[in-house]
Amino acid sequence: MQPTLSVKNLSIEYRARRGRVQAIRNVSFDVQRGEALALIGESGSGKTTLGLGVVRLLPSAASIREGSIVYRRSGNGQSEIDVLGLKSDPLRQFRWKECAMVFQSALNALNPVLRISEQFADTARAHGYVRGAALEERSQNLLKLVRLDPERVWKSFPHELSGGMRQRVLIALSLLLEPQLIILDEPTTALDILTQRNIMDVLKELRTKLDFSLIFISHDLSLAAELADRVATVYAGKIVESADVQTIFKAQTHPYTIGLINAVPTLKGAKEDLTSIPGSPPDLIDLPTGCKFHPRCPLTESRCVEQEPELEDVTSGHQVACWNWRTARESLKAFEVK
Amino acid sequence: MGDIIRLDHVTRTFQIKRQTIKAVDDVSLTIREGEIVCLVGESGCGKTTTGKMIVGALPTSSGTICYAGQEIAKLAQADFKKYRLGVQMIHQDPYASLNPAHTVYDIIAAPLAHHGFVKGETAARRRVRELLELVDLTPPDDFLDKFPHQLSGGQRQRVSVARVLTVNPSFIVADEAVSMVDVSIRISLLKTLTKLKEQMGLAVLFITHDLALAKYFAWEGRIGVMYLGRIVELAPARQLVEDPQHPYTQVLLSAIPEADPDATRRKKRIELRSMDVPSLLRLPTGCSFHPRCPRFEGEQCEQVVPQLVEFNDGSAVACHPVLRKRVADKAR
Repeated sequence: MQPTLSVKNLSIEYRARRGRVQAIRNVSFDVQRGEALALIGESGSGKTTLGLGVVRLLPSAASIREGSIVYRRSGNGQSEIDVLGLKSDPLRQFRWKECAMVFQSALNALNPVLRISEQFADTARAHGYVRGAALEERSQNLLKLVRLDPERVWKSFPHELSGGMRQRVLIALSLLLEPQLIILDEPTTALDILTQRNIMDVLKELRTKLDFSLIFISHDLSLAAELADRVATVYAGKIVESADVQTIFKAQTHPYTIGLINAVPTLKGAKEDLTSIPGSPPDLIDLPTGCKFHPRCPLTESRCVEQEPELEDVTSGHQVACWNWRTARESLKAFEVK
Repeated sequence: MGDIIRLDHVTRTFQIKRQTIKAVDDVSLTIREGEIVCLVGESGCGKTTTGKMIVGALPTSSGTICYAGQEIAKLAQADFKKYRLGVQMIHQDPYASLNPAHTVYDIIAAPLAHHGFVKGETAARRRVRELLELVDLTPPDDFLDKFPHQLSGGQRQRVSVARVLTVNPSFIVADEAVSMVDVSIRISLLKTLTKLKEQMGLAVLFITHDLALAKYFAWEGRIGVMYLGRIVELAPARQLVEDPQHPYTQVLLSAIPEADPDATRRKKRIELRSMDVPSLLRLPTGCSFHPRCPRFEGEQCEQVVPQLVEFNDGSAVACHPVLRKRVADKAR
């Protein structure tokens, strides 16, 4: 079966006063049908830009320099859409009907002067979807699916709901037109632990009940560990490692992924296991030569400074962009002992 | 070791229009010299308000706070100044807490000169260099003349720490001090704080919402869990995480996802009776956790506010069912 989304050689730049910000550089990835892909990386690594690029919602200072994004709808009305070729009306129809995005700040994403019922009606109207009683029934079912009480929520304004409830309204709203791809940008950041747990349980349940693919953008490794089927590590605008969730957490081979996992305290972990990655993320306007991670990497050698490694296969389904991936795990262990 | 900070039945209320919000309710807590205590809780639980009262940025509504044995509200001017210098705060947002128009040198030298710790430019430069080295911004000459916008989040936060150290404090309140710093460099910042604590005998109150981080940083110290303005459990850090007693702590720990796909998917969750967080304006009667508590046991929980009771193992828990079980176990 063909993947729901194929991104090929995508590059996105922002114009800034100091120069060009290379937010995404030559990124390729696929999202299979029904798969949940997590993009993990630190702030400023380009993961949100990547998400916005897929739905073509980039700010005006950004431009897509090259690449292609192909979306394939399966089932009834099977079709292939060249997302970058879409203009005006077809583009608006693509957004939300085919691919919906749940934004980071749920408060800003809902119109503050519309009741929740009107937010649903608005979306349905804009896309020529069902109206009246049929719409109400479908919307309320979705609200129930995300564990909200339709009675309580339907006639409320966004400010009358808590952060977690608003986030769930947005998730329900994103499902309204039955899109086959949903992009969640930091869906639980700024939410409390128990609310976060609730959202995660809702997402897991939705995935078993409905058929959609998920791109999940987060800096929180543990969320990826729990929700994702595949994980891609993003560093300085590039995917540096991509594999199934087990491999990323248990047998990762890129020094940055290894470093990231060693830098996050866990409830069970011992104190000695933790080490930070030295240095700080690079300036996207003035990128280092060669491998963009080389100034922070303990394994840097001359080749890393001169030439940027491209993704290569470790096994089928596990790719890494590092000259030293074969020995990285062992070498880093030795490095820690020293 | 003596007590450096002591809170006795501290309460803080805020007036919003005609309604009163109890942000902090009857909190008692003693922090010893050189000790690390982490306050953990969800937003709105009163952890930041508690921190602000300790540094004197907010007065208490009732109850007392003592610094080195003296009540801060009653300190005379000279002693009050000593307290103000001795207790310092590191803020959450290193982008907002440093003046963007001042260089790193200006930022750190200002308190040095103002409080008369150094005389003259040469001495100030020397001391600023020392402090930068202390917070691992090396070599210091690379940083002296930089502006905050030229530094990364982690480096800015280190400047905040250096600025706090200018006045030789003995106690630091760090309010979510690493939550805005990139994940990959949080640990090194915490390691710097730990080093300072050991070298200078600093006591730290570390406020965070991240229990795993609290366990790591407090390792030898204690963690206090707050819920709706009250401390519900206070225990040695590792003990609290490995063997939580209060149902709220247990629920929190069971809800946290872990960076291990097997562990996090197999983890046993404790279900709450209700997902709704009560409003601070209408706190439930009795134990404020009772409408959500999985161990709810009826009338007593509904009507009587449980007090924080200390046990022999060094933990303290405010929960009727837990207390009852402990008493029963002991009688057996």
